[in-house]
Amino acid sequence: MKFLTAIILTALTGFIAGTLSFSPWWGFAVTSLLVAVLVHQKAGKAFLAGFLGILLLWAGLAYWIDVKNNSVLSQRIAHILPLNGNSLLLILLTGVAGGLIGGFAAMSGSFLRASSKK
Amino acid sequence: MRLLPFAISAAITAGLVFTLSNQWGPMPPVGKFLSPQYGFWQNAEPAGENFDADLQIPGLKAKAEVFLDDRLVPHVFAGNDHDLYFIQGFLHARFRLFQMDLQTKAAAGRASEIAGAKAISFDKEQRRLGMVYAAEKAVIEIEKDPTSKELFDAYTSGVNAYIRSMTDAEMPVEYKLLNIQPEPWSNLRSALLLKMMAKMLSSGTEHDLANTNAKSVFLPDELKRLYPQVPDSLVPIVPKGTVFETPGIVPVAPATADSLYLGRKDTVNAKEISKPDINNGSNNWVVAGSKTASGAPILCNDPHLELSLPSIWYEIQLVSPTSNTYGVSLPGSPFVVIGFNDSIAWGVTNAQRDVKDYYEIKFRDNSKQEYWFNGKWEKTTLKEEIIKVKGQADVIDTVAYTVFGPVMFDASFSNELSGNRNLAVRWVAHDPSNEGYTFYHLNRAKNYDEYAAAIATFQCPGQNFIFASKTGDIGIWQQGKFPARWDRQGLYVMPGEDSSYMWQGFIPQQENPHAKNPERGFLESANQRPADSTYPYFIPGSYITPRGITIENKLAAMSGVTVKDMMALHGNYFNTLAEDIRPLLLANVREEALHPESKKYLQLFRDWDLNASPDSKGQTIYQCWWDSLEVEIWQDDMARVVPETPWPEEQTTMELLKKDSALIYIDNRNTTKRETLAELVTTALNKVSADLRKKELAGKLEWTKFKNPSVYHLIKDLKGFARMGLPVGGNGNIINAITHSHGPSWRMIVHMTGQTEAYGVYPGGQNGNPGSRFYDNYVNQWAAGEYNKLWFMHDGDRSDKQVKWIMKFSTGK
Repeated sequence: MKFLTAIILTALTGFIAGTLSFSPWWGFAVTSLLVAVLVHQKAGKAFLAGFLGILLLWAGLAYWIDVKNNSVLSQRIAHILPLNGNSLLLILLTGVAGGLIGGFAAMSGSFLRASSKK
Repeated sequence: MRLLPFAISAAITAGLVFTLSNQWGPMPPVGKFLSPQYGFWQNAEPAGENFDADLQIPGLKAKAEVFLDDRLVPHVFAGNDHDLYFIQGFLHARFRLFQMDLQTKAAAGRASEIAGAKAISFDKEQRRLGMVYAAEKAVIEIEKDPTSKELFDAYTSGVNAYIRSMTDAEMPVEYKLLNIQPEPWSNLRSALLLKMMAKMLSSGTEHDLANTNAKSVFLPDELKRLYPQVPDSLVPIVPKGTVFETPGIVPVAPATADSLYLGRKDTVNAKEISKPDINNGSNNWVVAGSKTASGAPILCNDPHLELSLPSIWYEIQLVSPTSNTYGVSLPGSPFVVIGFNDSIAWGVTNAQRDVKDYYEIKFRDNSKQEYWFNGKWEKTTLKEEIIKVKGQADVIDTVAYTVFGPVMFDASFSNELSGNRNLAVRWVAHDPSNEGYTFYHLNRAKNYDEYAAAIATFQCPGQNFIFASKTGDIGIWQQGKFPARWDRQGLYVMPGEDSSYMWQGFIPQQENPHAKNPERGFLESANQRPADSTYPYFIPGSYITPRGITIENKLAAMSGVTVKDMMALHGNYFNTLAEDIRPLLLANVREEALHPESKKYLQLFRDWDLNASPDSKGQTIYQCWWDSLEVEIWQDDMARVVPETPWPEEQTTMELLKKDSALIYIDNRNTTKRETLAELVTTALNKVSADLRKKELAGKLEWTKFKNPSVYHLIKDLKGFARMGLPVGGNGNIINAITHSHGPSWRMIVHMTGQTEAYGVYPGGQNGNPGSRFYDNYVNQWAAGEYNKLWFMHDGDRSDKQVKWIMKFSTGK
């Protein structure tokens, strides 16, 4: 339950951070860390929740945008990056890139909470 | 102690954020770029995007509306001219910001800021050619006239209003890829864009440096033969038989011309790095009512330029109390450049005239502070150019300005070989002028006289302005500011130690070649020499002869002309030059000496219909064989010229061979035996058939496969943003002038009926965003030779169903 809550909260707060005009693109790293402080889990689990939360957020948003766009842009970008024009790979890459940051941020949050307890 | 794991984990997080926030080599800042809320995904425009908008913008004088049709063409209805061009600037920025920004940066010699060290030489050349110097002079001219200043200011404010309103996420995707920021617009940048066009169309039309080298080897008579001024087969723009006025100016060659100039044998090693494409040219023609089915004139135009995405053109209709004009505009500049209004239509092709010369400068010493002129040391003006380079320290270059213009080549540029030769450049584009203002007036012209008055001030790049009116007039002017030259003045580098070799004046504007309502009922221009040898001035240039012949032949043979006929003519693939060359090749080829493969290709060539259609194998064989023959004929002769010289034109080679099949150049100077044309023609085919065989095996013998027609993004490396392998034929000397990545950048047909009937298409789309369905939506149509019907909207059409979206503009705080 905690795990699922952490994932949902990470995604939700990460999304909100992205709508704030003063927030840099990595605002979700801060919120992911805070969520992990609040919803405390062991480092490994926290990482996974942070990773999945942001992966779902980023890949989900990208997918949603891509469907509305009929993959016009993703196919072009996936030729430049180079992913052989594969839109789904690009969406996955998007999710993993964000997820890694979210995961490490959440793990940091978990360690921070643990250290403050002692 | 649990702080250590936190520290490590936090450091990894920060490290990741840092790594993905920054640019590494050619990669964009990956994290930010991929972020769905900040990066490129934000540029993925939904297919059902709603372009309706309600915009409050400070700087506007009144309310205005922009009606966007289903192709995203804006029909701007403004209450005054200020707001009209303000909104044009706003729309250009909204849909084409990156292109405007990039092109004017490149024009100003600032490409290194984006591309890094590899662009330093390009940037130096732009600055040494005086691009910024020319634009600064143009700004003074633009701002001298209060109306002109107001309109350019309004345009600039409109661009900047959009840039200010844009969020980071809305920034064009190219900025995100390159990790750069847009810069504010200015009148100088509009001027730079027009100077970019001037360079594109009037800087590559001379070959003075290479010609100088040719002069050191070939005798004067030989030069005239190899590089003739008037081709035998010329069909000029102004119909033959036109009587020209007595020249208002008769330039006189200096007494030393033979000894110090024409007879001087010397070589120059300096070389331009970014010489404009020789194929930059165009077609336009107009058919009078006497020759059309409807009785109303039809005007056609297709400017041939490097094809790019986003396109160089942006379609727009501009309506204010003083104007109602439809056509294409250049993002970066106000007004419509090619188009029509309620009364007239016009189009342009390039004049191809040589308006740029070089003068040899003698500096007193390496400081370049003084140069020898008219018997004494004169001061130069030194301009320090600071070139910012991405990823490394600034480069500083000092350019000396003389009475002629900037010293383009000297010891510090362009290469170690330019040595002690200092060459100043004299170019008409440096003279004060306001080309944009010509279009302001032309957009409003109501008849022939107003058209002629509007274009009379146009200076550079010289253009052939073709014209038709609803009242039935047709006309053409080759308009520009052209130096009046004595025979062969400016073909070669000229002495610059005194004023005797300077231009003595310009051809009076009224004497520019022109024609109105000819008996035969049509006029055309296709980059050929404007007039035959009876024109009383020496007018060198880089003329293209064959297309004009084809158009002239086709139009002369037509009657009852319809719009459909004109569409077919735009798409015409007939190869006029090959029609002359084929009999020469067939008469001379010795079949018994051909390889079996060559025989097969000979048969295909013999059966060819002389059309450069996409699936034509004959065109590929013809082009390869002819190119190979040119090498056989000229290589040995041209190699005598060090470092290089232009080869004779294809047209010239054909005409020389037609006149003399024992032409002395046929003989290879490097062999003891005497070659014949038959041997060369046969060898040429044998040599090329191995290549043709390879192409055939790779499935690339069809002309379109062979040349792979493509429209690249402005940044050519971004292949994902390009459209490659388009199924089209054509070639530079064919009406449908498509080469690998160059060709008809806009095709327009205007039928001057009561309700103007107009068609147009360009290989791109209205939205410069690669994430939009409007980015390249005309490309397939263009390739198929199809057109969009251009909707000339009227005030009463505001609720017409063709209006898809409305952008409402009002004055903000």
